[in-house]
Amino acid sequence: MLSTTNKILIKKVLATVLASLVLLSAAPFANPTDSGKRISVYSPVAVYSLPVLDHAGREYVGLLELLEPLGRVSSQFEGQRWKLRFNAIDAEFAAGKTRGRIRGHDVDFTAPFLVEDGRGLVPLSTLPSLLPRFLGAPVNFHESARRLFIGEVAIQPSFRLDAANPQLTLSFNAPVNPMIATEPGQLRMVFKRDPVVSPGSQSISFDNKIITHATYSENNGDAELDVTASQPLTASFSSDRKTITISAATIFAAQAASATAGGDGNGKSIGTGTAAGFQNQAQSPPAASNAPTIVHRPLVVVDPAHGGEERGAALTDSLAEKDVTLGFARLLRHELELRGFAVNLLRDADTTLTLDQRANAANVAHAVIYISLHADSLGSGARVYTTLLPVEGPSNGMFHPWNAAQAPALALSREVAAAIALQLQKKEYPSHAFSASLRPLNNVLSPAVAVELAPGGNGIEDLTSASYQQRAAAAIADAVASVRDRLEGQSGDRVIGSSGHLKSKAFDFRSPDHPITRLSDPTMVNR
Amino acid sequence: MIPRSLLIAVAALLLLVVSMGIYLRHMRRRAAEVESPAADALPVAPPVTGPTEAVTLHVADDAAGILRDQAAQIPLSGGRQQRAEELLRALLRIYQQPGARHPMAPAADIRAIYLVDPGAAVIDLNAAFADQHRSGILSEQLTVNSLVETLALNVPGIERVTILVEGKMRDTLAGHADLSDPFDVSAIKRTGNQ
Repeated sequence: MLSTTNKILIKKVLATVLASLVLLSAAPFANPTDSGKRISVYSPVAVYSLPVLDHAGREYVGLLELLEPLGRVSSQFEGQRWKLRFNAIDAEFAAGKTRGRIRGHDVDFTAPFLVEDGRGLVPLSTLPSLLPRFLGAPVNFHESARRLFIGEVAIQPSFRLDAANPQLTLSFNAPVNPMIATEPGQLRMVFKRDPVVSPGSQSISFDNKIITHATYSENNGDAELDVTASQPLTASFSSDRKTITISAATIFAAQAASATAGGDGNGKSIGTGTAAGFQNQAQSPPAASNAPTIVHRPLVVVDPAHGGEERGAALTDSLAEKDVTLGFARLLRHELELRGFAVNLLRDADTTLTLDQRANAANVAHAVIYISLHADSLGSGARVYTTLLPVEGPSNGMFHPWNAAQAPALALSREVAAAIALQLQKKEYPSHAFSASLRPLNNVLSPAVAVELAPGGNGIEDLTSASYQQRAAAAIADAVASVRDRLEGQSGDRVIGSSGHLKSKAFDFRSPDHPITRLSDPTMVNR
Repeated sequence: MIPRSLLIAVAALLLLVVSMGIYLRHMRRRAAEVESPAADALPVAPPVTGPTEAVTLHVADDAAGILRDQAAQIPLSGGRQQRAEELLRALLRIYQQPGARHPMAPAADIRAIYLVDPGAAVIDLNAAFADQHRSGILSEQLTVNSLVETLALNVPGIERVTILVEGKMRDTLAGHADLSDPFDVSAIKRTGNQ
């Protein structure tokens, strides 16, 4: 027989073992943590990045979020099972299991499927085998750098060195839009949204005393090309941003003195501010070898209408306007960036924004144009709107009624709307320009338009079709690019100084010295 | 042992509770029957007898995205305000017909119109008009333009129109068309035929 002391000891041991087992079994289901890591996804229809979550030494990503920009996706829980539908493909997963089913076939994971806050998380290492079953397209995953290429989207650079000048020409098979920074003896190009891949070798040496070598690297969803030289470097874009020419700053300055570069996307000088700045802003050629060079990329604010609790129109029983506008906005962002614009998406998730918040965000962003995106099941093609201004209250000196802030920019807004309608017609979208009493268009200081996407020949399904949205986005971006000069010079209030920084005239309402102000009564905007 | 009298009392109470429940259900059903016809009722049609006048309505066409002129007869009214209400109710009846080119809910109605000199009109819609209106920029703007232009065409002197819902300001008609400010009649006329 066991003594009382032994019995107590055995009980304590058993309790400890039991507690350890409970903790160990719960470990795989503990909340994954946001690691600050990102995965970049490049596909023909969308380029985007998503947060990566660390869990038990594995990296995970939300499957719904991953598929959302690529097609129509929905999910629901049935008991312990997480069911997902992507376009017409059904899949089923269970939390903690390493096996799921897609199109009725089993698929094995390298780590357990996780569910967190109603989101299904899959291990990154599973993506190459998982995604082709949904997408029917080849997937190439650079796992260490977390860069996912869907279909044939990769852009491979080629190098050509003109030793006499010397000048290094980088050619790409599609337009690119890197962030460029110079440091003494080095020019760095970071490709955040371009599917640029290795030129074949991680390091390329040049038989040249000035431009010595280039290196390629990938990390945390980005690709980076570094060119090393013995002198400060400068870069310029040409061929619709398919070519980047890198040369010594002194040589560039000499060339610039004899020939003026010009044209949209052609011959724009690029360079950098500080290494930390990474801002591409317009700029004149560098006067001194170490002076920062900046190129101007006009800013477009794209606003996917509705969001969060505000669903917008119910396009079908299960499809809300807010979801269509978000996907459409992401595509438009990509198209605008390809054409050399910087884009500020007012929401990049299912979040709620008030109309005043949207207007304020557009106004403080100093955008050259604000584009609000809507969707409707009524009619066909697309409709473009400018604001129908309400009865305007009295102006008070330099202050203007908040509800008529758009008034001075309205003529240019109508020009842009006409250009967008024309480009949409060219791409076979029945399209017209209208006026509508639509907020926040009338509160926006810069030219402002709204585009309402309607179904095409395939009915309501078109609204969720990536290719249908893609063509419309390209048409809008083409139109904005066609009036770029008008938008940039809209009020003549932006002056590019010799230092390349923005300067403002005395009464520039965009000046930081004259912040846009909304007063309580009456609501006025400081111009 | 439970006393017999207590058992009888409990049984009687249970019987009372059950019978009251049945009676309550019966009363609720009757109340629902009385309310439902009123909720679905269409606006009362104008009397067919009595003098009428010919007016032109601006009727929305969703498919074409425009307003079309349509002749109609409305009862001849003594007051300017009453006439304005008859006008918009005539417009609304067109939208509530089966197969209308700009359909609206049967329960949608104009509560009242107030003509405020100089040149201001206030249209007060009922809740169903806005709550059951189709959501979308084009559809909502066509409704606004149709109401404002019809009113301005037939009631001289109106320069601006405010639209209320159940007597209160409302941000949008159905998520898009902004109702928070008065509409400038001349601006709508200029753009109405785009």
